[in-house]
Amino acid sequence: MNQLRRLPELFAPALLILATAWLGLAVSGYLQAYFVDTLVKVAIVVALYVFIGNSGVLSFGQISFVALGAWTAGLLTMPEDEKRIGLPGLAHFLLTTNTGNAASLALAAAVGGIAALLVGLPLMRLSGLAAGIATFAVLEITNNVLNYDGSIGPSLNNFSSVPATTGIWQAAIAGLICVAVSYVYQRTRFGRMLRATREDPAAAAAAGISIYRQRLLAFTLSGALAGFAGGIYVHLQPLAASNLYLDLTFITLAMLVVGGSGSLLGAVVGALALNGIFSFFSAATNGVGVLGWHLTVPSGTAEIVLGTLMAVVLILRPSGLTGGRELSLPRRRRPVADLEKARATT
Amino acid sequence: MTLAFLNLTWPTFADGLELGGIYALMAVGIGLVFGVLRLVNFAYGQLIMAGAYALAYGATWNLPNWESILLCFGVVLVLSVLMDRLVFRPLRLHSPAVMLVATFAVAFLLQNVALLKFGALPRSVGSLALLNAPWDIFGVEIKKIAVISVATAVGSLTILQLLLTRTPLGLHMRAAATDFRTARLLGVRANRVIGAAVILSGLLAAVSAVMLSVQDINVVPAFGLQDTIVVLAGVVLGGLNRPIPATLGGFAIGFATGILGGVLSSNQVQYLPAFVFAAVIVVLLLRPNGLFTRATGAVERV
Repeated sequence: MNQLRRLPELFAPALLILATAWLGLAVSGYLQAYFVDTLVKVAIVVALYVFIGNSGVLSFGQISFVALGAWTAGLLTMPEDEKRIGLPGLAHFLLTTNTGNAASLALAAAVGGIAALLVGLPLMRLSGLAAGIATFAVLEITNNVLNYDGSIGPSLNNFSSVPATTGIWQAAIAGLICVAVSYVYQRTRFGRMLRATREDPAAAAAAGISIYRQRLLAFTLSGALAGFAGGIYVHLQPLAASNLYLDLTFITLAMLVVGGSGSLLGAVVGALALNGIFSFFSAATNGVGVLGWHLTVPSGTAEIVLGTLMAVVLILRPSGLTGGRELSLPRRRRPVADLEKARATT
Repeated sequence: MTLAFLNLTWPTFADGLELGGIYALMAVGIGLVFGVLRLVNFAYGQLIMAGAYALAYGATWNLPNWESILLCFGVVLVLSVLMDRLVFRPLRLHSPAVMLVATFAVAFLLQNVALLKFGALPRSVGSLALLNAPWDIFGVEIKKIAVISVATAVGSLTILQLLLTRTPLGLHMRAAATDFRTARLLGVRANRVIGAAVILSGLLAAVSAVMLSVQDINVVPAFGLQDTIVVLAGVVLGGLNRPIPATLGGFAIGFATGILGGVLSSNQVQYLPAFVFAAVIVVLLLRPNGLFTRATGAVERV
C-alpha cells in the first residue's frame, strides 16, 4: 500500500515529459525544436537535482560534466573525414575512433561520472561557501581548457557536422532515463541517507552516516547523468564551449530553484515552466499568434522576462513552485496518524 | 632595471599592484554586504557594468571627466539601492542559497537589459584612457592608472577602516556583522545598517568601475563579470567572515593574476584562469575557512 502511494513520485514527472513530447509532435517542424530543447534541459536539471536537491549543497560545477559529456559524444560520432578537415589538431586516437550514437552516449555518461568522481574525491570534504566556490573553480577550469585545447576538441569553434540524432523521441527517452535513475536513487537507502544529511548533518552523522561518502556517491551519479545529457545536447545542435558555461549554469540552477530544489517533481516542473516561457518569447521575436492576436517582441525579451520571473518567484515562493514536495496520493486516515497530528498541533 | 628572476619587470609588478588594488576594493564591497546580510552578491559585476556604461555615455555626450564620474557614481548608487529594496529586502530572512540564486537572477536580468538597450558592440570610455600614459618614476615607466588605483585603494580602505572603527555607525555595522539578531535586540537599527552597507558597497563598485574602465576602455554587457567571479573566489580564499582577510584575499588574487599575466608567454597565458582557479581549489582544500584567518573550528554559517 505504501509503495502504491509513492508511485506518483515517478509517474508525475514521467507523464509531464511524455506530455511535452506529445505536444512537440503535434506542432510544426521549427517550433518542435523548442520542445526538444526543453526536454534536453529537463535531463540536465534532473542531473543537477540528483546532487544539489538531495544533498542541499549548491554546486556550480555540474555544467562542466555536461560539457565533458558533450565533447565525448561529439568527438565519437563526428565522421572521421570531417574531423580531419575541421579539427586538425585533434589527438590521433580521437581522430580515428567513431562509435555511433548509443555507445557515444554511454561513454559520455562514463566520462562525466569518472570526472565527477575524481573532482569529488577532494571537493566533497568542503561544505558551504567553500564548496560553492570550489565547484565554480571546476567550471572555470573545464571551460578554460576546453576553450583552448585543440587536441581534445574544437577549442573556440563549435561542433559542426556532428550527426543531429537527437529528435523529440531521443530527447524524451533521455529525460525519462534521467528521471528513472534519479527516482531509483532517491528511493534507495543511499538517497535517504543523503537527504538525512541535508536535513540535519549532525544528527545524520551521529546515526552513523558518512556525509562525505554519500555526497561523493550523489556527485558521481549526478556527473554521469550530466555527461549523458551533454551527449544528448551535442547531438541536437552544434555546441561550443561558450554554450556550456555561465549562462547555462545560471539558467539550469534557476530552473531547479524555481521548480523547488527539494523534489524530483520540482526539477522537472521548473525546467518545463522556465524553458517553456523562454521558448515562447524566443519564438515571439519572429512573431507568434496567440489566441487571435499577433505578438512580436524585440530579441532579448526572453532573457529579461526569464530573469524577472526568476526574481519574482523567489520572492513570492522561495521554496519553489512545488514547495520541494513530491506528488503522492493522500494518506489513508488512520487513528494513529490522527493522534500524532493532534499531538503535533497542541 | 628588472627584477631579475622570472622575467619580472617593474611595469609588470605595477600591473599586479594595480589589479590587486582594484580587486581589493571590489572584495571590500562584496565583503561588507556579506558581513551584514550574509548575502553573496553575484550581481556586483553588473553594478560595475552599469557604472562603466555611464562613463561611456558621458564620453559620448562630451561631458567633462568629472561629470562623467559623477554620473557613474549616481547610476551605481541608485541601482544598488534599488537592488536592495526590490530583491534583497524581501528575501532577507530566507536561506543563503535562495538569496544567492536571486542575485544570479538580478545579474542575468541586468546583463540582458544592457544587451537589449546598448547592444553587443563595445562602447568606448575614451576620455579617461589618457591615464594609461606612463609616468617616469626613478627611471621606470609606470602607467599613471597603476599609481592612481593603488593610491585610491589605500585611501578608500583607510577611510573605510576609520569609519568602521571610529564612528557609531561603524560600531553598529560591526555589531550587526558579528551577530545580527543580538545587535538588533541591543537597539541597532537593521534597515539603517543594511542601507549603509549597501551604499558603501555601491560607492566601492563605482570606484572600481572607473578604474576598470580605464584599464579596459571597451564596455560590453559582460563588463566586470569575469572580474567579479575572480574577486568572489579571492574573497572566499581570504576568508569571507572578516573584512581584512577578505580584502587581502581580493588583493592577493588580483596581484597574482596581474603578475602571471605579465610573466607567462602568450601560449601559457590563455590557461591563466585554469592556473588561478586550480590554486583556489588547492587553498580551499588546505584552509577551507580562508587563507588569512585563524582556524577557530566554528561551524560555517552558509
